[in-house]
Amino acid sequence: MEILGLVNYALFMAIFIAIYALLALGLNIQWGFAGLFNAGIAGFFAVGAYTSAILTSPAAADRIGGFELPFVAGWIGAMCAAALVAWPIGKICLRFRSDYLAIASIGIAEIIRLVIKSEPVLTNGARGISSIPRPAGDLGYMESQAAYLVIVLAVLVAVYFLVERQFNAPWGRMMRAIRDNEPAARAMGKNVEYRRLEAFIFGSALMGLGGALFAHFNRSITPEAIDPMVATFLVWIMLILGGSGNNRGAILGAAVVWIIWSVSEIATDRLPHEYAVQAKYIRLFLIGLMLQLVLRFRPEGLLPEPLRGDRRAAPTERDRS
Amino acid sequence: MLELDGLVMNFDGFRAVDGCSFRVGEGSITGLIGPNGAGKTTLFNLIAGALQPTSGTIRFLGEDVTALASHQLFHKGLVRTFQIPHEFHKLTVLENLMMVPPSQPGENLLANWFSWRRVSSVETEVERKAYETLGFLELTHVAHERAGNLSGGQKKLLELGRTMMTDARLVLLDEPAAGVNRTLLRKLETKIEILNRERGYTFILIEHDMEMIEKLCDPVICMAEGKVLIEGDFHAVRSNPQVLEAYLGETAGGAA
Repeated sequence: MEILGLVNYALFMAIFIAIYALLALGLNIQWGFAGLFNAGIAGFFAVGAYTSAILTSPAAADRIGGFELPFVAGWIGAMCAAALVAWPIGKICLRFRSDYLAIASIGIAEIIRLVIKSEPVLTNGARGISSIPRPAGDLGYMESQAAYLVIVLAVLVAVYFLVERQFNAPWGRMMRAIRDNEPAARAMGKNVEYRRLEAFIFGSALMGLGGALFAHFNRSITPEAIDPMVATFLVWIMLILGGSGNNRGAILGAAVVWIIWSVSEIATDRLPHEYAVQAKYIRLFLIGLMLQLVLRFRPEGLLPEPLRGDRRAAPTERDRS
Repeated sequence: MLELDGLVMNFDGFRAVDGCSFRVGEGSITGLIGPNGAGKTTLFNLIAGALQPTSGTIRFLGEDVTALASHQLFHKGLVRTFQIPHEFHKLTVLENLMMVPPSQPGENLLANWFSWRRVSSVETEVERKAYETLGFLELTHVAHERAGNLSGGQKKLLELGRTMMTDARLVLLDEPAAGVNRTLLRKLETKIEILNRERGYTFILIEHDMEMIEKLCDPVICMAEGKVLIEGDFHAVRSNPQVLEAYLGETAGGAA
């Protein structure tokens, strides 16, 4: 029984890591490639989660939908909806310098959360949407968890290769150039506004996909899940710790931070009840401390941005300095 | 090819460029000299679209381009370098050059996923051209360094290299010789001449190295306090009493 519990816990954790890895990859496109400080990840996560929930859940009397579409349609819909929401936001906000973009995007994510929370017809207000079908959800409990992990990992691997291709390709090179020196990129004929919008929409679509995978795993989605702490800032810490500009770093960061975050929850839950509530804040403190230490001692992250260019050439000695 | 008419640039009441008018003929190498703060670099920023003039017009290849942004001007064949090197510091030196050619198929997200074969064949060609440029600039040994780790002089060369990665019509060079060693400087002059003669590039050159100006430039324009002081061939400009007073001063007397 104990072993089954552990296996179940590991499955649970792995699924969450894969979902967070998707969010971190999305953020890596925006921040690591393009230098866009999006602090509104939770907003795109929510749009994706709710879109897929509405498209795939069974019909309900008191709200629009659900449409009982297959989950694949829900996930594609989630990406499209997140991209559609990102487009006007990017159009307006990407003109700001990075610090202003951060503030604007926090505000927008908060608006999205409040709309979802108070809107009864589409998102069912504070009660949220339940009975979202989980792919392979008819199997037994354990088998269903395992099957979902396989699906999520398959999505993650596919997304990783698609994003990694862009990183090495002229598109990624151009984005990194814009990030490094905007006036020079302009002088070299690159349409900086348009390209930033592209990166912003691309990254947001992945965040929407992450939201959809989360909603189907939980079989329900409520406004509680759109907490900026766990849906935005945790993802930022994952990317910075793992190494922004490095897709493998983003995935590694998601794993490391989620393991610490989730194990620390077990630890605080073992405390007597009167301390357990207070101890929850210790977890926030620990995560903040970890971010400070990484920024101080290893600002480039665990896996720094790799050198690109001629992939056939062996790196010289000085490349590693 | 390029006509400036009454260009004015105000920065919060400070007139950096104050009614500049001149023409640059196709195939010429125009030298732009003048003391520090004369408005030369601001003028480059106006021509290249990095700044919008307060008033005045810019015509390029017979077309009014005053309102165009720098990336649009690039596609019309106007390329500039920066006085303070603007390298892409986290990219390798090779990538700094490879990003330049316009309209690469791989700049399209979908092309990278669905027609990679075409993207990589263009990449191979762009890479060959980049290595050729690096070879000329004697930077091949640092091709895979991060550009941010280069020395100041190497960064200047990289700036020049970027202009060689595209089919430019007009190239604005902002102090290409500053910080570059003498032997390389002579090579650089030769390369500018070759680009001018064989590939038909027109140049405007801001430079304080009078030897380079004398060797390459005709006409020479001297600016001071945001205005064109005089335009003519090098010797006429150098012996002009106003230029001597405003810019060359006693050093010209001493050196000549």
